[in-house]
Amino acid sequence: MADQREITAEELESKFKEISVAEFFEKNRHLLGYENPTKALLTIVKEGVDNALDATNEAGILPDIKITLRQTTPDRFLITIEDNGPGIVESKVPFAFGKLLYGTKFHRLRQSRGTQGIGIHGAVLYSQLTTGKHITITTSTGKAIHAFEMMINVSKNEPHIISKKDLKNPEKWHGLKIEMEAEGKYIERYQSIPEYLKQAAISNPYAHIVYDGPNGKLEFRRTVNEIPRQPKEIKPHPYGVEIGIMRRMLNNTRAKNIVGFLTSEFSRVGRSSAEQICKLAKIEFNHNPKHLTHEESERLHKAMQMVKLISPPTNCLSPLGEHLIIEGMKKELHAEHFVAITRPPSVYRGNPFQVEVGLAYGGELPKDQSSQILRFANKVPLLYHQSDCATNEAIVETDWRRYGFSQSSNSTPVGPLAILIHFASVWVPYTSEGKQAIANYTEIVKEMKLALQEAGRRLAIYVRQKKRLHDRRLRGELFEKYIPELAESLAKLTEKQKAKIIAGLEAVLKKNNVVIQQAEAEEDKENEKVKEDEKKV
Amino acid sequence: MKKKSEGKNIPKKNLVSLGEKVVKDIDRGENPSLDVPIRSLSNVHYDEKNRMILMNNATAKRFFFNVAHVRKFVQTIEAAALAKELIDVNKHLSLREAYYRMKRTLPGSNINVVDEQTESNDAIEDLELISSSSREQLHINANKMGSIAGKVVIEDKGDIIDWSKMGSGGYAVPSNVEDIIFKRVNAKFVIYMEKAAEWERLNEDRVWDKLDCIIISSQGQATRGVRRLLQRLHLEHKLPIYVLVDNDPWGFYIYSVLKFGSISLAHISESLAIPEAKLIGLTVDDVINYDLKRHLIKFEEVDLKRLKQIKEYSWFKENKAWQRQFKMMGDMKGKVELAALSSKGITFISDTYLPQKIKKKDFLD
Repeated sequence: MADQREITAEELESKFKEISVAEFFEKNRHLLGYENPTKALLTIVKEGVDNALDATNEAGILPDIKITLRQTTPDRFLITIEDNGPGIVESKVPFAFGKLLYGTKFHRLRQSRGTQGIGIHGAVLYSQLTTGKHITITTSTGKAIHAFEMMINVSKNEPHIISKKDLKNPEKWHGLKIEMEAEGKYIERYQSIPEYLKQAAISNPYAHIVYDGPNGKLEFRRTVNEIPRQPKEIKPHPYGVEIGIMRRMLNNTRAKNIVGFLTSEFSRVGRSSAEQICKLAKIEFNHNPKHLTHEESERLHKAMQMVKLISPPTNCLSPLGEHLIIEGMKKELHAEHFVAITRPPSVYRGNPFQVEVGLAYGGELPKDQSSQILRFANKVPLLYHQSDCATNEAIVETDWRRYGFSQSSNSTPVGPLAILIHFASVWVPYTSEGKQAIANYTEIVKEMKLALQEAGRRLAIYVRQKKRLHDRRLRGELFEKYIPELAESLAKLTEKQKAKIIAGLEAVLKKNNVVIQQAEAEEDKENEKVKEDEKKV
Repeated sequence: MKKKSEGKNIPKKNLVSLGEKVVKDIDRGENPSLDVPIRSLSNVHYDEKNRMILMNNATAKRFFFNVAHVRKFVQTIEAAALAKELIDVNKHLSLREAYYRMKRTLPGSNINVVDEQTESNDAIEDLELISSSSREQLHINANKMGSIAGKVVIEDKGDIIDWSKMGSGGYAVPSNVEDIIFKRVNAKFVIYMEKAAEWERLNEDRVWDKLDCIIISSQGQATRGVRRLLQRLHLEHKLPIYVLVDNDPWGFYIYSVLKFGSISLAHISESLAIPEAKLIGLTVDDVINYDLKRHLIKFEEVDLKRLKQIKEYSWFKENKAWQRQFKMMGDMKGKVELAALSSKGITFISDTYLPQKIKKKDFLD
């Protein structure tokens, strides 16, 4: 036993690299969104569109995105996704599409749609594995246009270029066009490509999206011409960093000592906090970060959680804003009234996040069904695993009856209502790699509930007003119906003329002020209730 | 004769003037309203001198042009019109029949004047208060309820009835007992019991014969007819009234209603309450003395809540003997039913329990 060496994590990692990428993909396709042909097709479109939106966003360009889907054989489709983004530099193209886990987003903390560096490569790999065909990438940064036909060499995890052409670009087009063929099954309605695009259009009302699918064209108009502000990149906060990531940071840092490492690689760690962490972890201040033992790094990680630190900065977040939410809902949901709330930023486990809620009410929304729920994480629609999501917990735990909707316990409200929740964070805590449900951290659910309640209260004012008018009309009708009955009984009792009594009652009703006064008194009472609610919050 | 017919006219006059008041409101262009005395604990008080629960004079205004009131308003006037019609044609209706008379659908709607009998019952009780007339004076009767046996002969609507010759079922107490004439009363006291099962036990054992008494029961809370009959026997024939109930808050409250009157009928306590009524059992002491503790049924949350409520009623609050019972009951955390006495022997209640209690005058007042 004594001379049997323990295998270190680093060694394990190098072993993993030898496993073929294809095998890795095959074993994890359910985590990556390719477990069935229907979902696979949606995932390809989703990865392409998310990338297009991220790229245009970063470059400050109003996005124009075109998606084409053509059936080539009974179970194959040709998918084309084109954007007007900044394009990709010629030399980077092979790696951007031909090497798994090569991405710009993984090692940084900034709010963006994708993070894991798997997205589009997964699509490429899936295409290649199911059809054996190459993909075509056409891109330009505004100069020449470059067209690549390429595949992934799965045994080496390296790009394999089949052909490359340079074309003239007289119109100075810039952007990216991906074409790939893949196995799939096409559906519409729930959890479908059109539904995904519709929701993406809601969260990105500044995007113009054209979808040319097997059943015809769909166009999602651009209704606003402003792009949300670009989020800033931040360094990780000690409270939120996982031990594995911290070890990688230790290996890659340029800092010469541990105090330097802590102050330069993390946000909100000053010299005195760094020294405090070292003392707690029993590590010398000038210890070289690259030479920390396994146990030392564990102690360091633990100590980081124990020291009191300021919350991370929140300018790394890019919320949609109340205006965009309302505009987005307005153009895709046929409702009559909209409200939106953007909560101030908050923090869970060292990660800044922000919650936004939009409510659409009335109009053509179905009156007697559970309300429609639109979930977004960093502006990306989430279509699957709704019941596992923190949004679901927040919605069912909110008392919607206060805001004029019916709701049975532990359920979504019933009524002409659509609920939008946007969760923005540098690190979205998904419940799985499929990225479809947000983990229900207490801080997150609490923020969501506060946002829902605030939006609910605002909406309730409108709902009540509408109900009041309706009730006022009903009231008038109610008395009209009771008048002959009362007159009949009174006539029997007093032997006076029924017709005369009716006329008298009608006259009183016409004076009407009785009715109005009462309606107003009731409304006042309700307003009091709302105020009380607000106080409680 | 003249006096009697005048008396009959008073309820009718009251009904008509109620209608006229409403018509006057309408003629003046006002929102028609009724003043309805409030029937709740907040509007009754315990009268120390008369030892009964009496009503205060708080009233609530009920408007026609008010969404929350309109339904009850119309129901009350409907009930008034119905009562006037009954008096005019000199016929009587049961509460159930009155409910069907009032149940109508408003034209062009799906609204019924009354949906449930509780609504028409409620409207009639309100009307009793507004028109200062009893239900019986309004020609509306409750169902006959309960059973009586004893060595008593009465005349009821011209029929001579002997309560000692009623077989196993007993004489059923009508809703209106005002016109019953006592021909011969051969009894020393009256036992009212909560459960029909105990009445059948006592009747089978002919306790009324052996102990010279009258036995009466109506399932659960005593009906107005039974209460009025008990009061008449007590007042007109000086018979002590003994009450036999389960040892639980509900049983004790049945006794409370017989003795002091009830909250919802506080306005007619004087013609129903019997302040001299006494509780013969089951007291908590009985439970201990007769070794019934092993038949304890654990209190539910509602029982405890009710016990707490009753304890606070002003007519029990100052009564040390009662407070002692409540405290012991609360400590025991359970109830004992009358039927548990049968564990001591089939006729134990008739042969031993009741004779012993009466002999020892072991009553709770």
